[in-house]
Amino acid sequence: MSKVLLEIQGLRKQYGTVEVLKGVDCTMREGEVISIIGSSGSGKTTMLRCINMLEEFQGGHIRLEGEEIGYEHSGSSRKRKSEKDIARQRALTGMAFQQFNLFPHMTAAHNVMLGLVKVKKMSRDEARAVAEKWLDRVGLASRADHYPGQLSGGQQQRVAIARAIAMSPRLMLFDEVTSALDPELVGEVLQVIKGLAADGMSMLLVTHEMRFAYEVSSRVIFMNQGVICEEGDPKEMFVRPKTERLAEFLKTSSFN
Amino acid sequence: MGYTLNFAAVWRSFDQLLEGLALSLGLAFISILIGALFGLLVAFALIAKSGWVQRPAATYVTIIRNLPILVLVLFAYFALPQMGVRLGKIESFVAVLSIYSGAYLAEVFRAGLLSIPKGLTEAGLAIGLTPLQIRVSIIAPLMFRNVLPSLSSTVISLFKDTSLAAAIAVPELTFEARKINVESFRVIETWIVASGLYVATCSVLAALMRVAERRLAVPR
Repeated sequence: MSKVLLEIQGLRKQYGTVEVLKGVDCTMREGEVISIIGSSGSGKTTMLRCINMLEEFQGGHIRLEGEEIGYEHSGSSRKRKSEKDIARQRALTGMAFQQFNLFPHMTAAHNVMLGLVKVKKMSRDEARAVAEKWLDRVGLASRADHYPGQLSGGQQQRVAIARAIAMSPRLMLFDEVTSALDPELVGEVLQVIKGLAADGMSMLLVTHEMRFAYEVSSRVIFMNQGVICEEGDPKEMFVRPKTERLAEFLKTSSFN
Repeated sequence: MGYTLNFAAVWRSFDQLLEGLALSLGLAFISILIGALFGLLVAFALIAKSGWVQRPAATYVTIIRNLPILVLVLFAYFALPQMGVRLGKIESFVAVLSIYSGAYLAEVFRAGLLSIPKGLTEAGLAIGLTPLQIRVSIIAPLMFRNVLPSLSSTVISLFKDTSLAAAIAVPELTFEARKINVESFRVIETWIVASGLYVATCSVLAALMRVAERRLAVPR
């Protein structure tokens, strides 16, 4: 069995008095592709965003390759790591967003190059070569010098994935990356993700594409009301859900 | 009306007016440059979550925007020396116009900052950029493009404010015009020409800003 990549223990998160994550435990091994499913408000996106500290959390631990993410613990007290440390840790994971979030004043290539130059301290030539390689991988070599506003939603999302993956992250996080896309553009983005899975990239995907989750995931996590309600092999889970909740959810979702 | 327009006296002194205009432009350029850099910092402070950062910035903007610039000019040139701060005419005026434009530009920039989607900051954080790097590479350039249309009227307004330097005898355009007026008694002609120079200069400034707007526009 491959080694442990990500360890989440007792993760708790609240907004004001509302508890969104009520103690999530999860272990992920290198090369795993895990889909997180669940109705909206179940905490799946929040959990994803805690992993790269886009959300602060109030309790529990997240460890990436054994390194504690976000907070220093000493005894029972904890304190947020320095901005510099957190930035370094964030570069270990890549993230693609529902709204793409490309930098609109930069070409596709420059979007990909920014992190390579500023974070990885590559020369511009080196960064350009890496950016072109990844844009080619997502099928957009010919669009390298186009601005986001000149690309379709599907193309923008593929650039956003290239931007994240070019940083050679240890783990990729996908947050409902096809939800904002027109139906006919969903396929091209899922194709790219499938390709990355085939390369052995470790990935955590929050998704509403049940068919896709079924096909591509090595494991599926079903979240409900801030906890993991059921998890397992998709071939098993989707066909024979163990909990009532999951059975209910699958009935209302697009699977089948 | 028994008055015949005669521009001869004004044309004879036209070089003085142009020198005055050059100084006006110089004063405006330096002050707006300093004001813009300062205003950018203040704008980031205005949207800061921490009250210790936000409150002083808001106080500065409120005080400066509620003072007539002429009062500031006179205060800096006549009152500050009494308090031990002695500046030359030009230095004193540049300091005032910088501080003044800083407050106005900070408000313009703040509005521009608020219109930038939070997702872009998150995308920057996600690839490991620090908050400062995100401000420099993403937020500030986008904000600047957003505010260019409203920046144009602020810049023109600030350029016209250089005329108040005449109050402390800085030899800019209005001061030179007044001198010619007094020496030649050609009152109407002098102020027509001075006005024409202001209008022409502001039109050129506006045109330049429009060119900048077009060239920097985010392509779509």
